[in-house]
This record gives sequence, C-alpha cells and structure tokens, in this order.
Amino acid sequence: MQALVIVAHGSHLNPDSSTPTYDHADTIRETGAFDEVKEAFWKEEPSFREVLRTVESDEVYVVPLFISEGYFTEQVIPRELRLDGWDVDEWDSEDGVSASQATLGADDVGKRIHYCGPVGTHEAMSDVIVQRAESVTADHDADDGLGLAVVGHGTERNENSAKAIYYHADEISDRDRFDEVQAVFMDEEPEVDDVTDFFESKDIVVVPLFIADGFHTQEDIPEDMGLTDDYRTGYPVPGEVDGHRLWYSGAVGTEGLMADVVLERAADAGADVGSAIEQVLDETSDSSVAGD
Amino acid sequence: MNATQFDALLSAADDGVEFEALTVETDGDEYVFSTLEADHTGLSESELHEVATEHSPYVTDWYYWTHVVDTTKADRRTFLQWLEDADGHAPPDRYEALADGVTCHWGQLALTTTIAEDGLRYYDVRHVDDTEHDVDNLERHDDPLDARDITTYDEDGRYRPLKTAPSLQSGWVFPDLDAPDLLQTVEYIYPATVPNWYREQEGELDISHWRDTAERQTGIYEIIEELDRDAVEWIAQACCDDSQCTKRREWQYEAGDELAADGGDGEFPCREPCSLVVAAARKWTTLENESEKTFQMELTLSELRQIEEIIDTVAEGRVDEIREADVYKGANRYRARYLRAKRFDEDGELAAVEVEE
Repeated sequence: MQALVIVAHGSHLNPDSSTPTYDHADTIRETGAFDEVKEAFWKEEPSFREVLRTVESDEVYVVPLFISEGYFTEQVIPRELRLDGWDVDEWDSEDGVSASQATLGADDVGKRIHYCGPVGTHEAMSDVIVQRAESVTADHDADDGLGLAVVGHGTERNENSAKAIYYHADEISDRDRFDEVQAVFMDEEPEVDDVTDFFESKDIVVVPLFIADGFHTQEDIPEDMGLTDDYRTGYPVPGEVDGHRLWYSGAVGTEGLMADVVLERAADAGADVGSAIEQVLDETSDSSVAGD
Repeated sequence: MNATQFDALLSAADDGVEFEALTVETDGDEYVFSTLEADHTGLSESELHEVATEHSPYVTDWYYWTHVVDTTKADRRTFLQWLEDADGHAPPDRYEALADGVTCHWGQLALTTTIAEDGLRYYDVRHVDDTEHDVDNLERHDDPLDARDITTYDEDGRYRPLKTAPSLQSGWVFPDLDAPDLLQTVEYIYPATVPNWYREQEGELDISHWRDTAERQTGIYEIIEELDRDAVEWIAQACCDDSQCTKRREWQYEAGDELAADGGDGEFPCREPCSLVVAAARKWTTLENESEKTFQMELTLSELRQIEEIIDTVAEGRVDEIREADVYKGANRYRARYLRAKRFDEDGELAAVEVEE
C-alpha cells in the first residue's frame, strides 16, 4: 500500500487556509492512485506530529504544500514528522530549488517515508503560474502586449525564499509566452509596491506564488500595488495603476492544476501513480480554480 | 450465515480456524467445530453446515472480522471491536444487543453499531445531542469527506481551530456507514484520536510533556521554554479543561512532575501540548516577562466583584447567555458600559495610578 500525505501550514484564524490542501487532496483521491490520501497541518489537525500514525500504508509520500526550501520544509516538517536522521543535505539541493526527495524512517512508526521537495520549486509549478495568468487574462486582447509579475513573499532571512520565485520567472521568461516577466516581492527588493515601474507593457498580469488566499494575497498585495485603498471593498480585475492595467490573480495555490504538481512530486519520489497525472492534467488544464 | 461465508469457513478449516471462542478444523476427512456452547467432532461437510448454521453468530462474526474488516492496522480493528464489545461478550449475546444497536460515545460523537443480515455491521455517526432524533430529522450524509465541513464551524458559524473543542455542531447524521467509512469519518472529526487511544491501551502512548515540547520549538516559538512552571499550570487550567477540549490531557510539566490541573475525563488522550497551546504560550511568555507593579484605584466592593464576574463570564464563554436587560448580572452589557463610563479616563483606560514602592 502507498499513501500520499500533503502537509500544509493551515491556520488558527482563517478557515480558508486549508481549503486548497483539501481540494487538491480530493482531486488526487479521485484518481485512485494512492490507497490513502491524507492532509496534515502545522496549525490544524491532524498535526505533522500525529499524521503518520493515522496512515495504514508502509510506503508514505509526504509532499509539502509550501513554496520554498526554507524554514518549514527544511526544519519544522522533518522535525515534527520525526524523520529519522534527517539532514537538509539529504535533499542534495545546492541551489535551493532542486530538492527532489529523501527516503527515511520516522521514529514513531515503522514506515518508509519519502520526504519530497516543496511543490513551489517543482518545474511543473511554472505551468500552474502560466495557467493562472492565462485564466485571469481570458478577456485580455492578445494584440496588446502582456507582462507577467510573479510575486513572492521574500525574506532577508532566507535566500531560498526568493530563489523559487526567480526560478519560475526565468523559466517562464524562456518560453516567450509573455513580453516581459519580472519577479517582485513583499519583503525585499524589487518590491511589489513598485510593480508598474518594472514593465513597459501596459498590461501586467500579477500572480502571487502563495499556497492559499489570506491576508497577504487578499489584503497586503492589492493595497501595496495601489489596486485598492481598502481591501474590504475588493479590487477590480483589471485595475488601472500608474497608466498600467493590472490583472491580479490571487494565490496561485488555489489553481486546480496544483494537484498535478503534488502528484509529480510523489511520482518523482517513486510513487506508482499510474495514469493519474494524465487524468489530473486532463481535468484541471482548462483551468478550474480549486473550490469552484 | 450465507453460502459465501460457509465456503470461506470450509476453505479456512484446512489451515484451522481459531477466532475468539470459535474453533473449526479438519480431522482427516471430517471436521471439528466448537464454540462456548458446542463441541462437535467427526462432522461431515453437511453436518458441519448444520452446526455452523445453528451457531451462525460465531461464523458470521469470524467472517466479518477476517473477511470484511479489511485492515491490517491494529488500532482500527481494536476500535471497531471496542465499539460493539466493550464488555467482552460472546457473539450470540453481542448479536442480541447489536440487533438494536450498541452506542458508544467518542468525544461529542455517538457511534452506533448495528448488525444486519449475515453478521454485517453498519455504523451510525451523529452528535451525542442527537441520539434521540430520527434520521429523517437530521441532515443526512454518506460521504466521510463531508465531515470536514461539519467540523470547520461551530453552531454559531465561527471557525473551530481545535477539532476536539467541545463545540461540535449538531443536527447531522451519517446513518449507514461501513467500517472503512466510519473510521474515516471519525478521523476527520477527531484526527488521530483512534491511534493515540490504542497506543494508550497498549501502554505505548508516546507522551511529550511540556518541557520536551517547549525545548523542541524553534523560530518564534523558541521563547516558550522560558515560561515557568506556574504559568504552565495556568495554561493547563485555561486550555485543557474538559470545558475547552474533549481530549484527556496526559502530558505533564515533565515526566515525574505532574501538573495539579485536572486532565479531564475524555475517552481519548492528549499526548502533547497542541499547536494552539504552543501559540498561546508564546503570547503568555511575552506577557509574563513584564514585572508586577502595584496600582491604586478607587472601586466600590461591588465594582470589584463586577470585574471578577466579567472575567468569569468571558472565561466560561457565557457572554451570549446574559439577557439584554438582566442588569443583575455584572457582565451585562449595560452594567459593563456603566462601569466603563464611570471608571475609564479620557484615554479609555482604567484610572489606576502606579504606587512606587
């Protein structure tokens, strides 16, 4: 038997924080690729500490629904899962965006745990960003140029946080799908507040690389960009700012196609997912937003 | 007992069946069949069928636990057995009780096992407050995944960050679940409670006491190890009482150093301070870093009692119970507003003056 455990942050305050996790778990559950699909959270239950004991399978694929290789994925999750002998070198990711998986035991259960890299640094995540950008600009006239801004949290404390954003910005830039692609951040330069300064294109689609919609994506970023003075009144899509039109998408993590990235992570770690990836791509590539 | 079950018994007899009080085995071309009430040897196949039919609860019970309950996980199996066999009765007695349904409580859940034809079980899950209600008067669910929505909000539509808080909403029912769906439903409503309960039964509950848990923390929670023992007592009183959580707190200050606070009477154990306790402890750590001072302010004795009553009412979650015009209650809104009007200064603070030592 094989199990998939999706681990995510969750929230004590915001009931919507866990919604994408449950939605992507449901999409994968429906493929039947895993005997069990479980969700676990840092702030909700089951906790990282106790999820492994709820699983029957001996082979467990743990996929973090997190954006970067950083504090949570390198320290908190392995510690709380009690991964035996975990060291970040197990991921063999020198550039901070190449973690694939590590196979370890866990101290409180007799199972093989395949601890995967975060969804946020998987190459398939670039496709999700593009799909998200395309779905929010469905009404955009293709003759007008279009720039893409990928927004990350960023933090001076961990350089890997920004690396994931640059990785996808570069990846998407190489595809020539958008006239311009730029990485911007909430907590470091270049800042999302000045997003229009970085583009010549009149139209800019802004996709935050966040897992769930919460106060960062629904309050801070729309206000920081000048899309709205007060998040409670909402924001227009597209919205005019400094002579540009901003098409703001909300958290990319709610995109249905995210389920594919979760599956890819598990498959890369050796899970037998059969035709599940094709099934999920088929179901989610016409862009349904999780929860719709 | 149906034909499939008897065929399964025949095949299993070759290797011998020993399941609780039932024994079936071969002796040459003949069969041996025994239960608590019967002891037959030298049976032909048709005679075996006859006695197996006569003692069918033993056979269908064996079949259910070995062929229908499809799990290798000992905690799940033990939990299902506990649900119907808390007193260790033999199948015929147990079946008699199960015909009407046997109900066990699990936190705020009432779990009822009922026997159907040929020893199959079905399970009913609902809120303990709804045990007297007809299924038709409750909102019916058949998919265990629906349980996630039920647990997300309380009766007033407020988010429940703690799944085991005693604020599970009522008014719903899963009336006809099989064993895997029952287990999944319980898992979504009270995550990890079954494995932890089982570990405790086996004497193997891996408790992580306060000190272990605090010392494990990093990042913004690293500071909680500074909290002194008194504060941990108050945390346990504040957060882990039965009125706040249906788990039974088994973690202590550290191994061999028990907290005085009551751990509660819950069916399932709490094996370590949860994320809510850790997050709240972080706030208390910063608050407890403040030094105590002496303040002086004017209050009547009744006003002092009123402040106590307000704190009590908030702490017990009874604010909404106080009627609009019940000015006899200190935590009544008009009473609180009057006290504020009288005793707060222009900065909106209690007019208290620090007394220099």
